[in-house]
Amino acid sequence: MAREDYEVVIGLEVHCELSTKTKIFCSCSTEFGGEPNTHCCPICMAMPGTLPVLNEKVVEYAVKAGLATNCSIEKNSKNDRKNYFYPDNPKSYQISQYDKPLCYDGYVTIETEEGEKKIRIERIHIEEDAGKLNHDEYGRGSFVDLNRAGVPLIEVVSKPDLRSAKEAESYMRKLKSIFEYIEISDCKMEQGSLRADVNVSVRKKGSKEFGTRTEMKNMNSFRNIVRAIEYETERQIDEIENGNEIMQESLRWDEISGRTFPMRDKEDADDYRYFPEPDLVSIKLSDEYINKIKNELPELPESRRKRYIDDYNLTEKAANFVTSSKYYSNLFEEAVEICKNPKTVGNLIMSDIARILNEREEEPDSLKFTGKELGELVTLIDKGTISSSIAKKVLEELFNEVKMPSKIIEEKGWVQISDENAIKEVVEKVLDANPQSVSDYKAGKDKALGFLVGQAMKETKGKANPQMLNKLFLEELKKGE
Amino acid sequence: MQLYEYTVHELIEKLEKGETSSEEITKDYFKRIKEIDPKVKAYISTLEESALEKARKIDEKRKSGETLSKFAGIPIGIKDNMCIEGTKTTCSSKMLENFVAPYNATVIEKLNDEDVVYLGKLNMDEFAMGSSTERSAFFITHNPWDLDRVPGGSSGGSAAAVAADMAPWALGSDTGGSIRQPSSLCGVVGLKPTYGLVSRYGLVAFASSLDQIGPITKDVTDSAMLLNLIAGHDEKDSTSMDLEKKDYTKALVNDVKGMRIGIPKEYVGEGINEEVKNAILEVAKKYEELGAVVEDCSFDVGQYATSVYYIIADAEASSNLGRFDGIRYGYRSEKYDNLKDIYRNSRSEGFGPEVKRRIMVGTYVLSSGYYDAYYKKAQKVRTVIKDAYNKLFEKYDLLLTPTSPTTAFKIGEKTENPLEMYLADICTVPVNIGGLPGMSIPCALDSNGMPIGFQLIAKPFAEENIFRAAYTYEQNTNFRENKPSFKGGNS
Repeated sequence: MAREDYEVVIGLEVHCELSTKTKIFCSCSTEFGGEPNTHCCPICMAMPGTLPVLNEKVVEYAVKAGLATNCSIEKNSKNDRKNYFYPDNPKSYQISQYDKPLCYDGYVTIETEEGEKKIRIERIHIEEDAGKLNHDEYGRGSFVDLNRAGVPLIEVVSKPDLRSAKEAESYMRKLKSIFEYIEISDCKMEQGSLRADVNVSVRKKGSKEFGTRTEMKNMNSFRNIVRAIEYETERQIDEIENGNEIMQESLRWDEISGRTFPMRDKEDADDYRYFPEPDLVSIKLSDEYINKIKNELPELPESRRKRYIDDYNLTEKAANFVTSSKYYSNLFEEAVEICKNPKTVGNLIMSDIARILNEREEEPDSLKFTGKELGELVTLIDKGTISSSIAKKVLEELFNEVKMPSKIIEEKGWVQISDENAIKEVVEKVLDANPQSVSDYKAGKDKALGFLVGQAMKETKGKANPQMLNKLFLEELKKGE
Repeated sequence: MQLYEYTVHELIEKLEKGETSSEEITKDYFKRIKEIDPKVKAYISTLEESALEKARKIDEKRKSGETLSKFAGIPIGIKDNMCIEGTKTTCSSKMLENFVAPYNATVIEKLNDEDVVYLGKLNMDEFAMGSSTERSAFFITHNPWDLDRVPGGSSGGSAAAVAADMAPWALGSDTGGSIRQPSSLCGVVGLKPTYGLVSRYGLVAFASSLDQIGPITKDVTDSAMLLNLIAGHDEKDSTSMDLEKKDYTKALVNDVKGMRIGIPKEYVGEGINEEVKNAILEVAKKYEELGAVVEDCSFDVGQYATSVYYIIADAEASSNLGRFDGIRYGYRSEKYDNLKDIYRNSRSEGFGPEVKRRIMVGTYVLSSGYYDAYYKKAQKVRTVIKDAYNKLFEKYDLLLTPTSPTTAFKIGEKTENPLEMYLADICTVPVNIGGLPGMSIPCALDSNGMPIGFQLIAKPFAEENIFRAAYTYEQNTNFRENKPSFKGGNS
């Protein structure tokens, strides 16, 4: 059978660390990093006799996540224990939720080549993160760091609705964007605060039954998610084509070799012996509580997108792009407030800012400058103080050091030359130096004008007002006719 | 009369009158402990130095006219499964033999606020699993009334220490009878408060939905006073109830007229020793004489309580004891090459046979494929039992039963047969399943001179009903005139 006859089915379990100040069951800090075992207390170290107390903020954040992803909210929820032994799991059970997750039956919409697609969310539940094991590079053993133990997480489980690595990426980006908008997580994938277990199976197109799935654990970059899904899809098709069966197993993605490997030995069929956590009481939520959170939700990307198209006349493409991240969207709104030029702000974000981020391999959350700088930059363009090519250079500078653009151009001497006499001088100089181009132009080669303007720009280090240059060149060239 | 013979409320009076000092009392207790404990073996560790230092400080403060709690300088013994910061908390297990608690249990914080003095930590069945204190990994505690007999358990050290005047009062914990049954076997007063009345924070968990800390005292007045000190909502324990604070000593009224007391016939029938049964019926008669309305009733679902108990308690225990993995604290085997060996060998060597049995049963009943048949079913029956109690308490203020089906049995008599040992709790276990308060009050001696206790059970948070009836009984009888003989102990 040909590869095109297969389709891949993907489901994601996305883990997102919530940005509450304190841990889920004690008052320790959730701050990332810190010397090992310094954000710990008897409770999160599982000292004998300690008890958990549920941080109410965690419930609030999870309900926010549920409402922002069109979930129903469980009004009578509870915590359960998931029992397993591992040194990063100090109680030997993780307090999670089993059969009554806080949120269920939601969806998010992603853009695909075939248009919008709804990806269903099965459930969102709250649980505690585990600690970390640091393996000594000299083989002196493993060290347990419990700083992360008890940091609150939500786990967002999708239905197996994704049909390509690209869709999986879009879905994950969408969740990240939503969680950033509603400010429940910093979603820093490089710090592990957003990560996913990726379930992949393949089947013949048109088949109603799912193939056997494998699960790749703890994927924490978009790039790896895409690569791993693509690799795993190919591997599974190969296995089937070679007449082998797919084993249901957990895999580890190795980003260096670009391959997946089985994670644990198969004799350990996991039985987590879930049962209701007797140290905590049930989580009862009133309609009033849920409605209050609903009313306090910040404006979500969908609504902003509409508004940008309707009120700011942005193109659909620009509106989609700008609202894809809270950081872009906030930057956009702040800048427009200052310069009143949504079109240019949108274009700068979509083209130049996105390009520079991409070159630097950074995400929008790492932007250091704000709408204040961007707004002034656009104002400077609009006033003719700088050209758009200078504007690009100012942007590059802003990535290195946050300063007001007016200050940057002053320091760098990048102010646009709009003095007609000064420009005329340059124009004359360029015309004298390029007689061939002048005659080319006169012979009907319009391109020659572009060359001349370019030369003048070079002469002025890009500072000449381009409209003025054009105008004066045309005037001069006409003179001789 | 020696100082150690007094109740706490008597000691308080003497302190207030200036007839004695905290140091004198404390010294007297340590003298008594040195004399008696080699025979009884109630204490795992004593805290003589810090106790005397604190007692002296309290005396100085009292002399200088500082306002102090009336309990300041009163000694107390603590079951060794409650954390006192900086002292060993062993749970009578090899697993925690050298574990020093890094924090205080909430009950200890509350007692610290009253400036009490800690005599030491008391022996128990390992992780509170047992009914005889023979399951301590360290040594067996002996019943002061007959050293060849068990003191009951799991709070056997606490009950024996109070009975033997080695502590004026003590804290125990009760998951299925662990306060009441040893109190009954040792002839002292033991109260298991309503689940949620006393914070469990800092009590090393056995079964989270059943465990409660409670007082073991010489008389009912002391019980009410100690409950006053430890009861109350704790924000560190989500299962502790936020209720208005009560003064239980106000319930110490010598009057039961009009109180309605039910005697479930199932607990004065088969499986209950004749002498125990007769003693309970005598108690019933006494209450009638004193003006209570005593009636027979039925609590037939109680027969399922022991099964329900051993499923739920063991399920929770199997999970609660997972943290003893040899990684962060506690016992770690010296024999290991890999992680699995650390777990397997540390837990195999660190836990005793009864604890292992419970972990295995608990793991089994939670396993996929068995969960519905055992754990889930047990939870359903638990609801049925609670409903049955609710019905009974529509009619009665109190239920009256024996605390234990027998008096103290001989050391070694039941250790080979765990199921028989489990039956020692048939009268007390249903009360934990229902989350109710229950108290054991001594009422008689059997033909061997061993104490018999009766149990009063009330609806949730109605401890005052128990105090009133127990106090009235005590005021109109004279069990306290009996003293343990410390006989036997030569075998």
